[in-house]
Amino acid sequence: MGMPISHIMTSGMSGIRAAGDLVARMQLSKSMRVGEAKDYVAKKLDVTTDDLSDEYVMRELREDLGIGVITSVAGAPKGIAAKMNIEKLLDLNINCCDKFRKQIA
Amino acid sequence: MTEYKLRMGDGKRIFMTKEQIIADLKEGMADAADLGSIPDLSEDEIDKLVDILTMPSRMVGVEQGMEVPVTHDIGTIRIDGDQGNSGVGIPSSRLVGAMMHERAFGADTMELGHIDYSFKPAKPVIAQEMQTMEVCQQNMVVPLLYGAMPNMGLYYTPDGPFENPGDLMKAFKIDEARQSMEHSAEHLTRDIIWIMQKMMASGSDGVNFDTVGAAGDGDMFASLHAIEALRKQFPDIYIEAGMAGELMLGMHGELEYDGVTLAGLWPHEQAALVAKAGANVFGPVVNTNTSKSAAWNLGRAVTFIKQAVKDSPIPCHVNMGMGVGGIPMLETPTIDAVSRASKAMVEIAGVDGI
Repeated sequence: MGMPISHIMTSGMSGIRAAGDLVARMQLSKSMRVGEAKDYVAKKLDVTTDDLSDEYVMRELREDLGIGVITSVAGAPKGIAAKMNIEKLLDLNINCCDKFRKQIA
Repeated sequence: MTEYKLRMGDGKRIFMTKEQIIADLKEGMADAADLGSIPDLSEDEIDKLVDILTMPSRMVGVEQGMEVPVTHDIGTIRIDGDQGNSGVGIPSSRLVGAMMHERAFGADTMELGHIDYSFKPAKPVIAQEMQTMEVCQQNMVVPLLYGAMPNMGLYYTPDGPFENPGDLMKAFKIDEARQSMEHSAEHLTRDIIWIMQKMMASGSDGVNFDTVGAAGDGDMFASLHAIEALRKQFPDIYIEAGMAGELMLGMHGELEYDGVTLAGLWPHEQAALVAKAGANVFGPVVNTNTSKSAAWNLGRAVTFIKQAVKDSPIPCHVNMGMGVGGIPMLETPTIDAVSRASKAMVEIAGVDGI
């Protein structure tokens, strides 16, 4: 259990503490190398690539954009709601959001 | 003479001088270069590895700005799993485990897997897997894959319908052994596709193939064909394919994909085929030798992975679990060894993720 946490602390992008989930999503959806994925996400967020791992920058930005924050914020978009905002931000479709839309259509 | 604290491949503390560290790094590097017919590391890269291994801090980290996304094999099962492996046995649902990774640990991605963690045993409980995926997707923000091992060995007797190739080969029935592997591969491909059809219908972001090739080249053959079929059926599916070992074992010996014989492929040669099949992310592996030092193992692993990253058309998330990627082979790899190997892979091998 400590091993994955060690990797996260040593090399990881901190997930939704910062913007690690967004960079990972571009790698997984578009096969982007890490540099390309960081450039893409940074441009969409209008921040530098260094900011993508900076909790200070990303905490408030994530809350403003409604793309999910790591702390419990009442009323803030979570789960599929947050991912629907990520779809718009990153200009891609997310499978569970498509399924959700079909269910409420 | 100053001695530095390092680890053996089994995790035991050892003390080495700088000269001994350099010698082991170069020996490990030379082993990889020889086996894979790939270039050595440069002197600057060796110096950097020495710096990383001799840093006095217990834990080290990558330079700011060099962080990479981390994907996970086994994922949420490491919270509630308790099978004498890496699971810590905390009674909890898989949803709780996934959310703990996302919100407590800062995981960039997560995966959902069956407790037996192979595709085949997920078949009888697929409705349960689908419902769990739906509930997880409703609550999660990070990409959430369905993860499982192809594990073609489950298709051989006594666990499966096809005669065990190991038994057949012992009786010198080589053709029959190969046929058994081919039949097993067909069934494995079919099962993976069927399971992922169900998981994609439940909102999964995609699939993580964990330990491709564990049962040899037939296992990789089946996995590549499953990847190819899934890519055709679901153009937007996220596919990560991580290997079981550094060398593709030729249990069959004659299986090919895209005109390339699978047996005997090293990580940098596996990458192109995984990409050709349609995966988004490749997970190369280098095995840890428990009888060698961390310096030897890391020199060897970084040499192999650097070439895999260079040759791969898709992002490489190097496998760095227990006993691979320069990580010691024990259930609780020491933080000093994990963080050093992690930093070296990012800063020297240039991986896209871990």
